[in-house]
Amino acid sequence: MTDKSLNTVMLDADRCKGCISCMKRCPTEAIRVRNGKAKVLYDRCIGCGECVRMCPHQAKLPAYDPFDSIFDYKYRIAVPAPSLIGQFNNLDNVDLVLNGLIELGFNDVFEVARGAELISEETRNIMREGKLKKPIISSACPAVLELIMMKYHSLASHVLDLVAPADVALRLAREEAEAKGIPPEDIGVFFISPCPAKVYALKTGMGLKKPAADGVLAVNEVYFKLLSVMPKIKEIKHISKTGILGVRWAASGGESLGIFQDRYLAADGIENVNNVLRAMEDGNLNYIDFVELNACTSGCVGGVLNVENPFVARVRIRALRHKLPPLDNHLDEVNKPREFYHWEVTPEAKDVYKLDSDFSVAIEKMRAIEQIYAELPHLDCGGCGAPSCRAFAEDVVNGETTLDMCTRREQ
Amino acid sequence: MSSLHLEFDVAGNNFVSAGSASDEVKKTLKMLGVDPVAVRKVAIAMYEGEINMVIHAGGGKASVDIDTDKVKIVLADEGPGIPDISLAMKDGYSTAPDAIRDLGFGAGMGLPNMKKYTDEMHIDSTVGVGTTVTMVVNLR
Ligand SMILES: Nc1ncnc2c1ncn2[C@@H]1O[C@H](COP(=O)(O)OP(=O)(O)OP(=O)(O)O)[C@@H](O)[C@H]1O
Ligand code: SF4
Ligand code: SF4
Ligand SMILES: [Mg+2]
Repeated sequence: MTDKSLNTVMLDADRCKGCISCMKRCPTEAIRVRNGKAKVLYDRCIGCGECVRMCPHQAKLPAYDPFDSIFDYKYRIAVPAPSLIGQFNNLDNVDLVLNGLIELGFNDVFEVARGAELISEETRNIMREGKLKKPIISSACPAVLELIMMKYHSLASHVLDLVAPADVALRLAREEAEAKGIPPEDIGVFFISPCPAKVYALKTGMGLKKPAADGVLAVNEVYFKLLSVMPKIKEIKHISKTGILGVRWAASGGESLGIFQDRYLAADGIENVNNVLRAMEDGNLNYIDFVELNACTSGCVGGVLNVENPFVARVRIRALRHKLPPLDNHLDEVNKPREFYHWEVTPEAKDVYKLDSDFSVAIEKMRAIEQIYAELPHLDCGGCGAPSCRAFAEDVVNGETTLDMCTRREQ
Repeated sequence: MSSLHLEFDVAGNNFVSAGSASDEVKKTLKMLGVDPVAVRKVAIAMYEGEINMVIHAGGGKASVDIDTDKVKIVLADEGPGIPDISLAMKDGYSTAPDAIRDLGFGAGMGLPNMKKYTDEMHIDSTVGVGTTVTMVVNLR
């Protein structure tokens, strides 16, 4: 369950041609081509889905649970990410989608957007108290959270120690059902995810003692099923319990809107995210209070499990402004202590790039890397199976590959 | 004792590559497993020093020595030099022209921050000859 190799991206080895497309684009250098196949170094994978987007042969498969796994439970609750809403054209009523979910076999729906409004509320509390180091970095995108824990250890203390909106929604959904007297073992709460990063985060229970989801479905799979049932819906029941502020979390800048002040920065796309984190390390963003970072272009609507182009989806989300109340989290019905929204377990910094635990040995290795790198052609051609000459030199020193794999060195 | 020596050319008036030397050093320190607090100090101090060479001195050379107990950064340029070092060290003092301020630099906080984030800092400067800034961040 906690294994990244089963919960982020998997390889269809028959389709993989070893063409290096994914390897060159992986933002954490987590892919190597070995024996003609793209192999993921899972301890470096942040689940961003970039390799899925880039593969011209559809050989990289995002992991998620099959839709029919919901029927393993007697009482099924759908917990859709707000990006699901952005997939539909000309949607005037969010309830149409939610009614569609009931039509597909769910007994109830609990929107992640409602969880998002509750997280915004707690974020505002925290910012008012001013105890956390500024700028505060959002923890909502698990790909970014993993990236910080791997590469930006000095910024870990800036990260908002709150669980994901989906975790709030999943746990509240389960509690509501239990309060109705449904036996706990009959209840299945299913998150509908825009990306592999969230599949991994929700299935492993990042920040929690145990995972809150019984399963995680993909937005695209659910979307196609919805298309066939939605036109048949005659009577639309009112199910939605969220306002536009929660739904806007689906696109970059949406979470920042919820803090109700303007000294924030919202960056999307993994390259931009890295640039902002680097600038923070260099002490350049000290005048900012809140930093929202989304690994995907345009935010979660850009997640690789969506169907619609992220820019289109973003416009649609914005257009819902006229159809939804501004804020509608039914806070009074929730009534949870503040701890409920906070991490139960603090995600740990990971030493995946560290050369050795002994400093002197690490320095020797670094020297060897510099020496080998100096001899390489600096073409970053990928022929050796590593994403760059630099990464290749590191791999050689770490004993992962041998120097003769580079065929373009001058002898 | 094990140590590692790194050298970089810092191009003058190139705002695209500005900061790349300190970025490289940051990456190296992380791979060596240096404590994050020390990495941050080196990052901030070296970035400011590097930018100063780009803006005020038309570029220069950065050399970094990483030892088990400290990181030593030497930034040497052949720019105009600093006539009054103690004045330059004051919070808010800057001679940056408007064009540079428009880029978001020139708050006069670079040198004071370099001092703040390092354990030792020394400036050697001769007008018309150049400036050498030496900084040390202790690792334990
Ligand atoms: N390498 C250098 N060569 C020549 N002059 C320098 C050099 N470094 C700093 N100075 C002088 O010292 C002044 C103060 O430097 P400092 O880094 O504190 O501020 P700044 O660079 O002007 O602005 P900021 O660093 O806040 O963007 C500069 O304006 C410049 O006149
Ligand atoms: S999901 Fe992202 S981090 Fe993981 S292997 Fe693919 S591109 Fe790399
Ligand atoms: S931006 Fe959203 S969709 Fe993309 S990786 Fe992060 S959480 Fe997933
Ligand atoms: Mg300066």
